[in-house]
Amino acid sequence: MVQAAVRTAISCDQGKGDERPWVGRSIERVEDAGLLSGRGRFIDDLGVQPGTLHAAILRSPHAHADILAIDTEAAKRLAGVAVVLTGEQVKAVTSSLVVGVKAPVECWPIATDRVRYVGEPVAVVVATDRARAEDAAELISVEYRPRSAVVDPLGTLAREAPVLHDGFPGNLASDRTFRYGDPEQAFADAPHRFSIDVKYPRNSCTPIETYGVIASHDAAEDAFDILANFQGPFSIHTVIARALKVPGNRLRLRTPPDSGGSFGVKQGVFPYIVLIAAAARVAGRPVKWIEDRLEHLAASVSATNRATTLSAAVAADGKILALDWDQIEDCGAHLRAPEPATLYRMHGNMTGAYDIRHVKIRNRVVVTNKTPTGLNRGFGGPQVYFALERLVQRIALGLGVEPLDVIRRNLIEANAFPYRTASGALLDSGNYQEAVARAIEGGKFAELKARRDEARAQGRLYGIGLAAVVEPSVSNMGYITTVLTAAERRKTGPKNGAQATATIGLDPVGSVTVHVASVPQGQGHRTVLSQVVADVFGLEPKDIRVNTEIDTAKDAWSIASGNYASRFAAAVAGTAKLAAERVAGRLARIAASQLNVEPADIVFTRGFVASRHNPENRIAFSRVAALSHWSPGSLPDDAGQTIRETVFWTPPELTPPDDEDRINSSLCHGFIFDFCGVEIDRTTLETRIDRYVTMHDCGTILHPGMVNGQIRGGFAQALGAALYEEYAYADDGSFLTGTLADYLLPTTTEVPEPQIIHMETPSPFTPLGAKGVGEGNCMSTPVCVANAVADALGLVDVTLPLVPARLAELVRGAEPPPPSGHPIARPARQGDRQLRGEGQASLKGAPERVWRMLLDPATLQSVIPGCQRVDKISETHFRADVTLGIGPVTGRYRADVELFDLEPPRAVRLRGAAEGALGFGSAEGRIMLAPDGRGGTQLTYSYDAAIGGKVASIGGRLLDGATRVIIGQFFAALARKAGGGAAGGFSLFAWLAKLASLFGGRR
Amino acid sequence: MNRLEADARHPVRFTLNGKAVEAEAEPRTLLSDFLRQQLGATGTHVGCEHGVCGACTIVVDDMLTRACLTLAVQVDGCDIRTVEGIAPSPDRLSALQRAFRRNHALQCGFCTAGILMSLDHYLSRHPAPTEEEIRELLSGHLCRCTGYTPIIRAALEAARLATSSEETSDA
Repeated sequence: MVQAAVRTAISCDQGKGDERPWVGRSIERVEDAGLLSGRGRFIDDLGVQPGTLHAAILRSPHAHADILAIDTEAAKRLAGVAVVLTGEQVKAVTSSLVVGVKAPVECWPIATDRVRYVGEPVAVVVATDRARAEDAAELISVEYRPRSAVVDPLGTLAREAPVLHDGFPGNLASDRTFRYGDPEQAFADAPHRFSIDVKYPRNSCTPIETYGVIASHDAAEDAFDILANFQGPFSIHTVIARALKVPGNRLRLRTPPDSGGSFGVKQGVFPYIVLIAAAARVAGRPVKWIEDRLEHLAASVSATNRATTLSAAVAADGKILALDWDQIEDCGAHLRAPEPATLYRMHGNMTGAYDIRHVKIRNRVVVTNKTPTGLNRGFGGPQVYFALERLVQRIALGLGVEPLDVIRRNLIEANAFPYRTASGALLDSGNYQEAVARAIEGGKFAELKARRDEARAQGRLYGIGLAAVVEPSVSNMGYITTVLTAAERRKTGPKNGAQATATIGLDPVGSVTVHVASVPQGQGHRTVLSQVVADVFGLEPKDIRVNTEIDTAKDAWSIASGNYASRFAAAVAGTAKLAAERVAGRLARIAASQLNVEPADIVFTRGFVASRHNPENRIAFSRVAALSHWSPGSLPDDAGQTIRETVFWTPPELTPPDDEDRINSSLCHGFIFDFCGVEIDRTTLETRIDRYVTMHDCGTILHPGMVNGQIRGGFAQALGAALYEEYAYADDGSFLTGTLADYLLPTTTEVPEPQIIHMETPSPFTPLGAKGVGEGNCMSTPVCVANAVADALGLVDVTLPLVPARLAELVRGAEPPPPSGHPIARPARQGDRQLRGEGQASLKGAPERVWRMLLDPATLQSVIPGCQRVDKISETHFRADVTLGIGPVTGRYRADVELFDLEPPRAVRLRGAAEGALGFGSAEGRIMLAPDGRGGTQLTYSYDAAIGGKVASIGGRLLDGATRVIIGQFFAALARKAGGGAAGGFSLFAWLAKLASLFGGRR
Repeated sequence: MNRLEADARHPVRFTLNGKAVEAEAEPRTLLSDFLRQQLGATGTHVGCEHGVCGACTIVVDDMLTRACLTLAVQVDGCDIRTVEGIAPSPDRLSALQRAFRRNHALQCGFCTAGILMSLDHYLSRHPAPTEEEIRELLSGHLCRCTGYTPIIRAALEAARLATSSEETSDA
């Protein structure tokens, strides 16, 4: 009753001329002034307790290897080092992270007896500062026995593939089949069947701020206090507490005021929360860890890559009658919580925007020797829509009709909402036909087609792509249980819903505070909430102060809290509105008694609580708001307190999976229709976006500027995924894109402004009518661009990212061999990083003398910069420790070198292997000495090397250059030495150690 | 050139946003870490530590500089400007900062400091830039939130407002 009164009051208020509601306006953000003047408070900007220690993590250079021994003695002896933890110590104070499927498999945040991906933590060093910790990490000696590795999701299922976990026989973590309707009959009856095989690559939205954790442990209460730029979902709080072996109330998890982007990625910080908390417990002091970029790219988290076969049964008119999905999801080396959620997030939406009643799905989850996967903007959507919308284009080609016609023929009818999909999603609202029509009209589709015709007439490569996408938001916390069978679900108990929380507080001077557990990373939640609450109370946004930090020890939160699944606008902002309305309802009663009117006559406007019929009869908002503090005795009996109100809201539509595995995986479903024109350069095969149109129906828009910001940001990331970005691995599991010069992100010169068109069909299921909007373009844009490129080049299959080299292979076939006379370096194994070079040097002294020096280890330390130690094992076998820096990575390597085919004093062949935390590999070289006719020696050398491990991640471009520079410097120094007549001289071993340490040695 | 002891700490003195500052640094300490950890100037952010993302961009002796590719000991005696020095006063924003706020040219704000420094430096020398010039300038900065267009708009708007206000005051 009072709620209704308040609602009427507000809507009445909104009707008056300039008193438009704040919601729906693009007001300036309250967040910006601080961020623009360097006063942001990101995790690494905050002070720490005096005595806080700093952690560095030693990581595996191998994709798959047994750990035979770890020697941490030298590291522990280094001044400033407090503790060094290996898997054994971490295991002693934690338990395994929970794994999302039923299998006898453990998942630790650090390798225990085996490493399974490049970058997997092997040891944690805790010292007085980060530099000391890194110094010490380099002193740790790890003995590995490499195993063969597998990186391909199909390859990992092969009989001969190496098995990662005994508990996942055949590397298969889960295999489930689903059937909705009668797909077999539909396929049997249909006149057409179309099929597509897709390999969706690995990529990540890579926030510019990396992970950060500050952890402390109170031994007296056995309680942890952790600050981390974690983003939720807070279901992970349970996982962390269990791993740290404490009840939830002894894990206080807090977030900093600002977070430098996440896009899902910072969910993946949680294994490091466990690791650093364990380190803090062992060290007995607070420990801080800030991830660096190499660590982030190589080993933080990634979206899943997926191999999909999708078939459609299609009627003669293009109507899709049934779909048959076969998805193989690659979750990397460990199945980390909440995986395999990426695969099941879309489970209700496997028919996209289309009315398809018969669906068959086989979902397999596999493990490979790559970084474990987790949340990433779009979460499962890009993988699904790439297959579905590529197939739609394939159907159009096959039937000889326009892709747009196939889309239109299959869209869900406007009068069908709320529409229950075959696999169980309840699509809340929409008018897809109208949205498509508006986009075609507003985006000038006909003109774009004319543009294509014109370009093609001129012989240019121009293509058009389309994509229609349903964007789910507000995840059902129960969708992941679809991976279990109905019987297994009955055993574990029901999981469903998505509790959102909001708290409204009124202080003794009547000013308003809002707290939510939404953990924004730049989305402007504080601003939007100030608008929502200002509207309810008749105040201005600047009167409302919003706090979005979370502290699990004090704040209202649930497992669904956090910033993911685009749940803010739909769920959190709506819950804040409900909480404000509840307080407003009580304030209305109080004001009514003071103003001597009925509560239904009360309106909140311009800072006053007033009588609707007699606006002069009013009282200042702050006065009514403060009354609960100062004079609770004068409140009407039924008003209750107005000091603080917390509302929990969960939509009843989010039910658990039913016995037929139908699941309403998300609450809201926005609609996106994109089309674009691309032109591909005939010479370089570079793809340029000529025009991009994106139509969004995300329900009620709360802040147009921020909605467009989300669309543009998602579009730019999706463009990166389409054209540039891939977490690339060599076949041996080496990670090849460890810097932002190798993992290419789009910049200002690549990202055009998309034309954004809006339509607003409010969601009937959310308090504000809003739906999520942030992830849609990550789902629609990659496939839209791929469709356009396929159209431009007349290709049947395209694989992301659409880098020129890949397109060249598709268009022109494999690169032909070079003309004769130019030797080509052929990798010893596919995916190896091959480096070759040759050179010469002039030295004083006859070849015989040079030869003796070459074999004398005593002279080496003065010759090789960074050479700590040389041991002569035999006349032709040496070992050495060398420290070397290449580009951004400096590391210690242990080199092992043998000499062959000795022809004193003329020639020798050398073979070496080296290994360090930064890499491993092998090198072979030949050195020849000849008298130069003036009493000196002419030395010529050539080398051929293969590398793997972390150093491979920084890119061949740096390695090649660094090699030449280092070897050049070495010979220059050597020549100086020889010329100076010093006791030293050139040493064969010095050269080789340098070389081998640079390239490392493959075993 | 001075030869510095690797294991020793050396005094580093320079001007930071118009004020003299002094602290000690090991030779290997990066300028980005020195600013943030020794001087508490945390407005300059570290995003990649290999010179690609541009978040740590500052101005050293009138030159745009990646603080993560500079050693603290290199800037002894220099004049340094960081994002903390852009605003005319703590409670006011510069025209460029205001244009950023109006155009929603930032979301998480982590990359923003570097972008502001590049633009502030560039616009003071090129008061009437074209969109292409701004895009070229900012291609050395990575932003994952905004899709860049609002940043370009803000820069052009700030330039336009600065030029028109100069014309007005000249008139």
